[in-house]
Amino acid sequence: MKNGTVIDHIPSDKLFTVVALLGLEHLTNNITIGYNLDSKLLGKKGIIKIADKFFSNDEINRIAVVAPNVMMNIIRDYEVVEKKILQLPDELIGIVKCSNQKCITNNEPMPTRFHVIDKENCVIKCHYCEKEQSRAEIQIISNE
Amino acid sequence: MVTIADYTREKILYMLEMAREFEKHPNRHLLYGKVVATLFFEPSTRTRLSFETAANRLGARVIGFSDPMSTSSSKGETLNDTIKMVSNYADIIVMRHYLEGAARYASEVTDVPVVNAGDGAHQHPSQTMLDLYSIYKTQGTLENLHIYLVGDLKYGRTVHSLIQAMRHFNPTFHFIAPDELRMPEEYKIYCREHDIKFVEHKDFTAESITDADILYMTRVQRERFTDLDEYERVKNVYILRNAMLANTKPNLRILHPLPRVNEIAYDVDQNEKAYYFQQAQNGLYAREAILSDVLGITLDEVKADSLKIEATEKMSGAVKNITDDLPGVINNFKDNVEKMAKQVRDTFNR
Repeated sequence: MKNGTVIDHIPSDKLFTVVALLGLEHLTNNITIGYNLDSKLLGKKGIIKIADKFFSNDEINRIAVVAPNVMMNIIRDYEVVEKKILQLPDELIGIVKCSNQKCITNNEPMPTRFHVIDKENCVIKCHYCEKEQSRAEIQIISNE
Repeated sequence: MVTIADYTREKILYMLEMAREFEKHPNRHLLYGKVVATLFFEPSTRTRLSFETAANRLGARVIGFSDPMSTSSSKGETLNDTIKMVSNYADIIVMRHYLEGAARYASEVTDVPVVNAGDGAHQHPSQTMLDLYSIYKTQGTLENLHIYLVGDLKYGRTVHSLIQAMRHFNPTFHFIAPDELRMPEEYKIYCREHDIKFVEHKDFTAESITDADILYMTRVQRERFTDLDEYERVKNVYILRNAMLANTKPNLRILHPLPRVNEIAYDVDQNEKAYYFQQAQNGLYAREAILSDVLGITLDEVKADSLKIEATEKMSGAVKNITDDLPGVINNFKDNVEKMAKQVRDTFNR
């Protein structure tokens, strides 16, 4: 691949969630998706290579919510020019749905906003109703 | 003002001192010419009347609605649109909403200050402020108090906010509740994180409350129970009766956010330790302070205004003394003139 993004170390069971989160099915780029590859670290891993595509922070942050420690490589001119482990940002805006049905964000056309209060265990707190939720409860707002 | 958790210790004490100024002189013109909008998307007569009285006593005028059925939100208007529209008219928005986080959101879509008058089960900071003022007034301090919270500790947002606000003042909390309505784990974690001492009890007896400085009663509501047998078992357990107060501390005061149903027996009302009606009155002063504060009126300005009022009172008192004396002065004068006239006549006649 000459230019593009490689997303590596995706836990296999999260691979298709990540594919959906990035909205890859809507892209026309060359995309290679590897599934159930052997990994020393994870047992089975997934990998995604997208040619000629570079993601904004907002787009790529979505991944960290479902899959921790995913590695992103940016390729330019056949060289890896940047390599980073995706980390939860301090804030998640418009990515996660609040689990509190009585929260204003579920009843008003507005982006959700969460403060990440524990990056390691992925505990997030709604900026509005202040209800906390952890990774298992997190529901991603669909990208459609 | 959206949540009490945002308030520092200094800010809380500052607000209490301002409330005290308003208690000295509740009627002022500090908000003369201002318009206060009270938007009640969920009815709450008590809170609305208290806010509207506070606004009126400060000389502001009040617009708003108290019945969500009559508003455009029942036609599907978003909160964003309602707030933006009202912002064109009002200098302050006081808002009660059934959705949690609504006040925070409203404050983000407008530059007009938003006062949260309750958002769902989330926060009700003006209630907390009046609770704090009541505690401060009756105990002379907020420091090192033993505060007993009784009844519904699971859904009662007033008790949750009180814990958050008291974290600055080294309290010892006692949580007295039936199993189904126990203090939620997240608030116990909050207490541990903030070094707030707490003890949990299931029994509510005369013996269990002898140590209390404040007894904060809340309503145990039938609709909160999934198991109605459990409700029947506990409904009469968490009732405060006058006889239970015999061995309590002399400084003990009983608070309740009102309305009460049966959790405080009526014979308690006569006891000097009953404070829930004065507590409601304190709400007026606390809300006058909140309305002034959000408009940027400082404690110094309120104090200066107090001095002005006192000086005016003194002056009109002095004037009144003079006018009251006036008939006497005139009579004296008349007498003197008559005496002098008589002397002159006598001199000429001689």
